[in-house]
Amino acid sequence: MKRFLAILHARNLEFIRDRAALSWGFLFPTALMMGFALLFSNGDQELYKVGILGELNHPFHESRYINFISVKNIEQAITKVERHQLDLLIDPKQLRYWVNSSSPSGYVAEQMLKASGGKTFKENNVSGKEIRYIDWLIPGVLGMNMMFSALFGIGFVIVRYRKNGVLKRLKGTPLTATEFLMAQIVSRLILILFVSTTVYIGCHLILNFSMYGSYISLFLVFTLGSLAMIALGLLVASRLKSDELAAGITNAISIPMMLLSGVWFSLEGSPQWITFISKLLPLTHVVDASRAIMLDGASLIDVSHHIVALIAMMLLFLFLGVKLFRWE
Amino acid sequence: MTSILKVNSLTKNFQTNIAVNDISFQIKKGQCFGMLGPNGAGKTTTIEIMEGITQPTSGEVFYKGKPIGHLFREQCGIQFQHTALQDFLSVRETLKLFAGLYPKTSDLDDLIQRCNLESFLDSDNRKLSGGQRQRMLLAIALINDPEIVFLDEPTTGLDPQARHNFWDLIKNVLSRGTTIILSTHYMEEAAELCDEIIIMDRGHIIAQGPPNQLLQQHFNEQLVRIPEQKLPKTSIEKLKQPDDFQHILFQSTSFQNDGWVEISTTDVNKTISNLIRDGVDLNFLQIRQRNLEDLFLELTGKGLRE
Ligand SMILES: Nc1ncnc2c1ncn2[C@@H]1O[C@H](COP(=O)(O)OP(=O)(O)OP(=O)(O)O)[C@@H](O)[C@H]1O
Ligand SMILES: [Mg+2]
Repeated sequence: MKRFLAILHARNLEFIRDRAALSWGFLFPTALMMGFALLFSNGDQELYKVGILGELNHPFHESRYINFISVKNIEQAITKVERHQLDLLIDPKQLRYWVNSSSPSGYVAEQMLKASGGKTFKENNVSGKEIRYIDWLIPGVLGMNMMFSALFGIGFVIVRYRKNGVLKRLKGTPLTATEFLMAQIVSRLILILFVSTTVYIGCHLILNFSMYGSYISLFLVFTLGSLAMIALGLLVASRLKSDELAAGITNAISIPMMLLSGVWFSLEGSPQWITFISKLLPLTHVVDASRAIMLDGASLIDVSHHIVALIAMMLLFLFLGVKLFRWE
Repeated sequence: MTSILKVNSLTKNFQTNIAVNDISFQIKKGQCFGMLGPNGAGKTTTIEIMEGITQPTSGEVFYKGKPIGHLFREQCGIQFQHTALQDFLSVRETLKLFAGLYPKTSDLDDLIQRCNLESFLDSDNRKLSGGQRQRMLLAIALINDPEIVFLDEPTTGLDPQARHNFWDLIKNVLSRGTTIILSTHYMEEAAELCDEIIIMDRGHIIAQGPPNQLLQQHFNEQLVRIPEQKLPKTSIEKLKQPDDFQHILFQSTSFQNDGWVEISTTDVNKTISNLIRDGVDLNFLQIRQRNLEDLFLELTGKGLRE
């Protein structure tokens, strides 16, 4: 424990004094989110999105400027109409449709349906506050920032230590690999949670995004997610001795992860293999779970499958990372 | 005296390269044990096996009669040849970090004073001069108050003054009864500090013993040196064909690159009177003892630092 604390303290000092890395850790996610908030401040996509239950054989299907999305679960689809994520939802079999009475684009899509001979459809009104893209994006960007900080922060430090002989020097002391690695993990975890909380509060003050769930649940998901991704960083760094190779591998993991975890756009409707791969990525579970908590007010039980997945990944990566670790 | 560390037929192969080839030796408690040899001789490899950092291909190391294990890390002090320390930490913080890694530690203030670290205690440890850095690394090696300390080329790259300062620190450590294993390329360092040395070359031990004894064993003659230009032509001819001129008593003569002629002799008086008889100007004559450098040259046919 004494040894663990000694290394933890040294690592924290080192990080706090590394001004460049520290300011980057805060600036990057904040700037990213502010940038998006500006870009999407008039928040509308040009296309209208219409959900279809089953098959639609109707002239309306020929309409231009409409993105038809086939949906299966009617309840989820209705929730999307409430959130303004779908402008219109059509059930062709039972000749009915749903529209959000407070959504202007819902109104336009409804008029287009009627104009193309859809007068026979029965109207169902729902209501609900719009979820802006930025609301949807916040959990994703926080998660993504966590991932970069975990993978690059931990991997590079360890590889650099190994390359320049710091690890060898430590190997010459009674310090064990597990103690050393745990200190690295805890130091990084504290940092990530601190940065994420600060960025969260800062962005909340400026952007006033939605948060319907419990902060404790969100914190738990972020903690587990950070741990899983830090452990992945450890695994990558367990043997490498070259910065370049470490950078290459870390990029090869983090960039696809960023694209395939639904940070920027929803993966709904993507091919099955993409959905499958995305489920193997820790970031997907962080983003999905935190989104469910923040936007739907989901409880821990609702997101328990994500939590189980994160714990399993964390344990697997940790086990392998410690097992494969070499000082030299 | 009892031996504190015992090395038993140690061999280490790196792929096809045999870095250490079946060597054995014992180190007595409280002595300064020197390891000499040219680049690539296998000094570092041997030291790191003794420290438990490198696994040998075969052979054993015993500390106080028992094979070294993980606990040995708590009992020994290590100064690596090549090492780095955490960035952004001051000397004081680095010492505290390492102190935190051992169950038993020396008194830090005392250590700081003994290693002369006061003047740069709060500097970033990346901004130290070579001498300061080696002193800090020595302090780290001593931080757990070890009974045995491994110093791998601690004075390489230091200027002569810094080197002499470092020798004083080492003597101070020795005076407390600590056993030191020291590798070096400097013969005068080994002669100054070591009670016993081994000379290594290509993974083998080629000589072992106290430095003076080794010299006596291998050399019973002294060197008479004269600049070549101060010798008359006739003498040069004679010296070049010593067999034809039995009247000059010498065992061998060598013409050095630096323009000096070295006559190796067991009877300095006779050599000098022979030179006088030949009319050689003795104003520039030098006489020197054989040193470890010569020994190494004699044993391996090459210099220690090439
Ligand atoms: N990790 C390694 N992998 C492969 N070969 C190695 C390794 N370490 C050392 N060697 C080789 O083993 C031999 C002995 O090296 P070693 O470092 O022990 O020599 P040394 O006597 O310490 O030399 P120097 O005076 O340059 O420090 C060299 O030929 C070296 O190239
Ligand atoms: Mg060496």
